[in-house]
Amino acid sequence: MNVAKVLDAKGLACPMPIVRTKKAMKEVESGEVLEVHATDAGAKSDLTAWVKSGGHELLEDQEDNGVYKFWIKKG
Amino acid sequence: MAIKEMTVKEVAKKVLNKENMFILDVRTEDAFQDWKIESDSFDYMNVPYFDLLDGVEEIMDDLPKDKDVLVVCAKGGSSQMVGEMLVDEGFTNVYSLEGGMKAWSEHLEPIKVNDLKDGGELYQFVRIGKGCLSYMVVSNGEAAVIDATRMTDVYVNFAKELGVEIKHIFDTHLHADHISGGRTLAEQTGGTYWLPPKDATEVTFDYAKLEDGEHVTIGSTQIDINAIYSPGHTIGSTSFVVDNQYLMTGDILFIDSIGRPDLAGKAEDWVMDLRETLYTRYQELSDELIVLPAHFMIMDELNEDGTVAEKLGVLFEKNHGLNIDDQDEFRKMVTENLPPQPNAYQEIRETNMGKINPEDEKQREMEIGPNRCAVR
Repeated sequence: MNVAKVLDAKGLACPMPIVRTKKAMKEVESGEVLEVHATDAGAKSDLTAWVKSGGHELLEDQEDNGVYKFWIKKG
Repeated sequence: MAIKEMTVKEVAKKVLNKENMFILDVRTEDAFQDWKIESDSFDYMNVPYFDLLDGVEEIMDDLPKDKDVLVVCAKGGSSQMVGEMLVDEGFTNVYSLEGGMKAWSEHLEPIKVNDLKDGGELYQFVRIGKGCLSYMVVSNGEAAVIDATRMTDVYVNFAKELGVEIKHIFDTHLHADHISGGRTLAEQTGGTYWLPPKDATEVTFDYAKLEDGEHVTIGSTQIDINAIYSPGHTIGSTSFVVDNQYLMTGDILFIDSIGRPDLAGKAEDWVMDLRETLYTRYQELSDELIVLPAHFMIMDELNEDGTVAEKLGVLFEKNHGLNIDDQDEFRKMVTENLPPQPNAYQEIRETNMGKINPEDEKQREMEIGPNRCAVR
């Protein structure tokens, strides 16, 4: 996958992972992919809902050793 | 500007006193639909916090100015952020729920049910956010705890305040909706942990076998706890008659519903056990016994004083699940169209068997959501 930017939001508690993701989204172009790493367990449902409401697309998500990884395509 | 916080204890008081308040829940729509702070006296609005990052102008006109507004999120971080934005816009009646829904899920409100003979006392611990009920029976310096939650310090401190020693800890069955505090509480107090052996075939720790007809005495004045084998929710489910007055039904019989038989994957097998318990075994008991269940599902099940308790005779009249004459209809009701299963119920069962030992934070995550142990 062609990732335009990687955001490290590990160790941040809600609402910061989304606040940072939103900000990072502004720095990528429409159609490009932002990769987000987070450790907050609530990040998955929140990011999924946020991506939907923002008109973006969640291409893939993984959990690896307590780190949640998301690949979001900007809408 | 700083936002005022409201504690879960303060919110619990408002729920129990039926005070009016406005809840601004900033979790996702799914989370809100699934589980929220329930009260008939509250008004609600759900707007996810991530839709408010650029400002709260859009919702300001929808918020009341003349009563308390409580902002609620999962853990208390996002509600603080949204609350601060509202304060900056001039709101003075806004609070953030300290610790969020996680803290709400963990709050226990101890309420005295009644005095027992010879100075004994019976307390119900209402876990108002999740609908779990646990109990402490006190007599002559000794105490028993029934269906303890994992917040075991609450019972330890409560016993300390009363000046009593926890001697016995019972679980009515192997729970699937919440993590039992029974084993931990036994370790903390040196008390005996009793479990129904038919539910405990896979447990990895030592326990005392709780079998039909077992009598346990609390205090020297003999508050008697009499075990009655009452399968159906699980194969080992056991009820207790306390002091010949109270019937602790576990997850077999609730105030407005009955236990579901499917959480250990055995719905078809256990339907007739459930039927026999409810329609034969319980029928043989006195109508005057006061039923104390292990859960409530809706706020209507709470009495004026906040307790969840009703006479068995009244339940035989009013509880729909006790009034289905046709066996096939009963079978259908408890095996088909069941509500969703409790969050992480398999992992919770394994934790209660001692097979896995999740960290505290993981345990909190596993218990998110309502208990969902009933069928109505």
